[in-house]
Amino acid sequence: MSIILSNITKNFGQFAALNNIDLEIPEGELVALLGPSGCGKTTLLRIIAGLEQADSGRVVLNGEDKTEQHVSHRGIGFVFQHYALFRHMTVFDNIAFGLRVKPKQHRPSEADIAKKVHALLNLVQLDWLHDRFPDQLSGGQRQRIALARALAVEPEVLLLDEPFGALDASVRKDLRQWLRNLHHELNVTSIFVTHDQEEAMEVASQVVVLNQGRIEQQGAPSDIYDHPANAFVSRFIGQTNIFAPDDHDAIWLHSSGLPIADKSGKTAHVRPHDIEVQKADDSAAAHAVLKDWQHLGALIRVELVKNAAQGEQATVYAEMPNEQFRRLDLQRGDKVNLRIRNAHWFH
Amino acid sequence: MNAVTHTQTMTKRALHDPAWLKWGLIATALGFILLFLCLPLWIVISEAFAKGWTAYISALAQPDALAALRLTLLTAFITVPLNTVLGVCAAWAITRFEFKGKSLLTTLIDLPFSVSPVISGLIFVLMFGAQGWFGHWFSDHDIKIIFAVPGIVLATLFITFPFVARELIPLMQEMGSEEEEAALSLGASGWQMFFQITLPNIKWALLYGVLLCNARAMGEFGAVSVVSGHIRGLTNTLPLHVEVSYNEYDFVGAFASASILAGLAIVTLVLKSILEWRQGK
Amino acid sequence: MRQSNIMPGFRPTLGFTIVYLCLIVLIPLSTLIFKSFELSAADFYKIITHDRVLASFRVSFSTAFAAASIASLFGFIIAWSFVRYSFPGKRFFDALIDLPFALPTAVAGIVLATIYQPNGLIGQWLMHSFGIQVAYKPLGIVVALIFISLPFVVRTVEPVLQEFDSSMEEAAASLGATRLQVFVKIIFPNIFPALLTGFALAFARGIGEYGSVIFIAGNLPYVSEIVPLMIVTKLEQYDIPGATAIALTMLVISFIMLLVINLLQLWVRKRSGQL
Repeated sequence: MSIILSNITKNFGQFAALNNIDLEIPEGELVALLGPSGCGKTTLLRIIAGLEQADSGRVVLNGEDKTEQHVSHRGIGFVFQHYALFRHMTVFDNIAFGLRVKPKQHRPSEADIAKKVHALLNLVQLDWLHDRFPDQLSGGQRQRIALARALAVEPEVLLLDEPFGALDASVRKDLRQWLRNLHHELNVTSIFVTHDQEEAMEVASQVVVLNQGRIEQQGAPSDIYDHPANAFVSRFIGQTNIFAPDDHDAIWLHSSGLPIADKSGKTAHVRPHDIEVQKADDSAAAHAVLKDWQHLGALIRVELVKNAAQGEQATVYAEMPNEQFRRLDLQRGDKVNLRIRNAHWFH
Repeated sequence: MNAVTHTQTMTKRALHDPAWLKWGLIATALGFILLFLCLPLWIVISEAFAKGWTAYISALAQPDALAALRLTLLTAFITVPLNTVLGVCAAWAITRFEFKGKSLLTTLIDLPFSVSPVISGLIFVLMFGAQGWFGHWFSDHDIKIIFAVPGIVLATLFITFPFVARELIPLMQEMGSEEEEAALSLGASGWQMFFQITLPNIKWALLYGVLLCNARAMGEFGAVSVVSGHIRGLTNTLPLHVEVSYNEYDFVGAFASASILAGLAIVTLVLKSILEWRQGK
Repeated sequence: MRQSNIMPGFRPTLGFTIVYLCLIVLIPLSTLIFKSFELSAADFYKIITHDRVLASFRVSFSTAFAAASIASLFGFIIAWSFVRYSFPGKRFFDALIDLPFALPTAVAGIVLATIYQPNGLIGQWLMHSFGIQVAYKPLGIVVALIFISLPFVVRTVEPVLQEFDSSMEEAAASLGATRLQVFVKIIFPNIFPALLTGFALAFARGIGEYGSVIFIAGNLPYVSEIVPLMIVTKLEQYDIPGATAIALTMLVISFIMLLVINLLQLWVRKRSGQL
């Protein structure tokens, strides 16, 4: 089911939580609403769900204007940040709830409900927990039960608020993969909120970057990473070196292979892996000094200090495969030359 | 090495009270409780049975005592449900919505707690008494409020007004509304949400409030005494019957009725402990 | 106005609450104010400055103050013993603390009067050994009010003591403080606001208390007559204006006191950085 939001605005008192949001989400996508805390992403999710009313604007689900419709009739499934499992009900009763509260003429028989609940429990691989109470479950289990409960009413849109926020790091990694696979299997249009850019890039098919109540950029993860629309997105997604080319740095950048013809007033954003490091032959004219390095698994992050003679002294980060770093055979304090392969310019 | 052990004992001494102090404080505490709480309870029983079983039973079987018991039960039967409904409504409105004047409303709900019981009775006399605002109208229509059952009910409603609400408000505030939102998002109607999610979550606190409300409704003395007129067999509640009997030097009668009320207090305390234990779980 | 909250039932629940509040609490209370307008200021002043009325205010305030102070001291010791020590029967005694909340005041009144009257169980002993008469004296009022006050103090101090972060004590001890220093400098300042609250609640309740006091007080004009009894007496003499004036004065005084005590608490908490 496609989702179209137009002109959504929401204020809490003086604070503008959302400012004229326009957003279109095609059917079957797994979308991440990504942004720093307080950017309005959870509010936007709750407005789509009908848990919150926008001050103005429209919410259109599958071509149908649902702005005025109450949450209980919107056909959405909502997974709450802290799961909101009904603590006085067993896992089974939690999942069955949405089916049992249907009006009599639409309510399945208890046998059908049981069949459906067990199917869902199997889907989330937790059938053996059906008679437990929420208090007896681990965080990851609660999360999956909350998801099964939301899916029981066969929602046309699945909305998840910080689905991995309250989990341990290791559980989080597993669940991310699991959610992605589940989405492949069910293909229900899904939106989740996260403040973790890594999580958004890893799980989502589409990422919407929000900041201070506005959408900064929307696109596939690779688009957003490779072609950030503005300085905020560039800084927020992945690591970035930022150069403000004043008189001194201009020379430094130029010699590093980055021409700065008419880029006055702009800053250059350079990804660490777009900086190539070479051993300097002429140590006096070298670009930087190697300060330290860290292992990031397959990559090495190199910490460099710019040569003060050619510009302001500042730290620059570069990344390269392990193998390449070993071949360079660098020690702390070695002089190096840099070559910037690619940069984005923003005001 | 020595210095280390020395520091450790010093630290231990600074963290734990010496035994003499500990037992001294416990003895003081228990002595005070025995003197002020246990002894009175014991006196109620011993005085009630001072002249034996038969005197006790016959004191309770007096028509006036039975009438007083009936009126006490009737008053509680009317006031407790009304104030329970009010408590749930008030707690719902206050904890689930934002509106202007919310903190004022919360303060006003607690207001009856800071009014002396005597004043709580007086205000109804001022309203409905012979010289009161509505006094003439009611007496013209031959309706008695003051020195009659309606006045007793009104004064009790006033006195027990906050009990349920003040138990529910902090609990529902702390609980938040996520579970209720989840129920709505799964298609539940308002009533389904209330009966299947909200009520099970607040039931122990609700019972707790009802219990305290009931104990006060049955035991209220000051306010009821002002509006009742002490008409034997008609407008005496059990606490008033205790007073009347005591003032007439019918000590067995007074303490027999008092023992019923003390029994009610003990049942209340036991149930309260059970509820606290359930809530704590 | 568009209700931005999706929870159902706002209008009916708030509406019912406000209507009920007005009917049962606000309108009846307001009659007190309107009735007193029927009095001229001079009459009002004359009523409340009558010697006997003034004496009753003195009795009420002084006995409530004494009782709340004594209850605060012993209430603190009781709360401390319950929270910090374990001893047999603790749960039972802890439950018993609420007895004055649950026991009808008339029952408390006749029982205390029976115990402390000059030929009563304790009254006799005090009379013979020390020549002290409790019942039918102001001291009797104090005893009754201590009974009423105790749970207010214990139940406000107890949770705060329970929540008290004992790592603060450990930190102080590790820095070389003695037990007394730990108590005076660490524990007591943290407990004090709660103790003050308990005192205030007990004091406010004590001033208005009626049932448990009248049996033991003796109700001697100028000596052991409390304000609530003054109101009842005026009412029984069909002196409605008199009762109204005294009641309004008392209501205003107790509201002012609660306000002052709340401000005091706020000040204590601000000063100790808890706000």
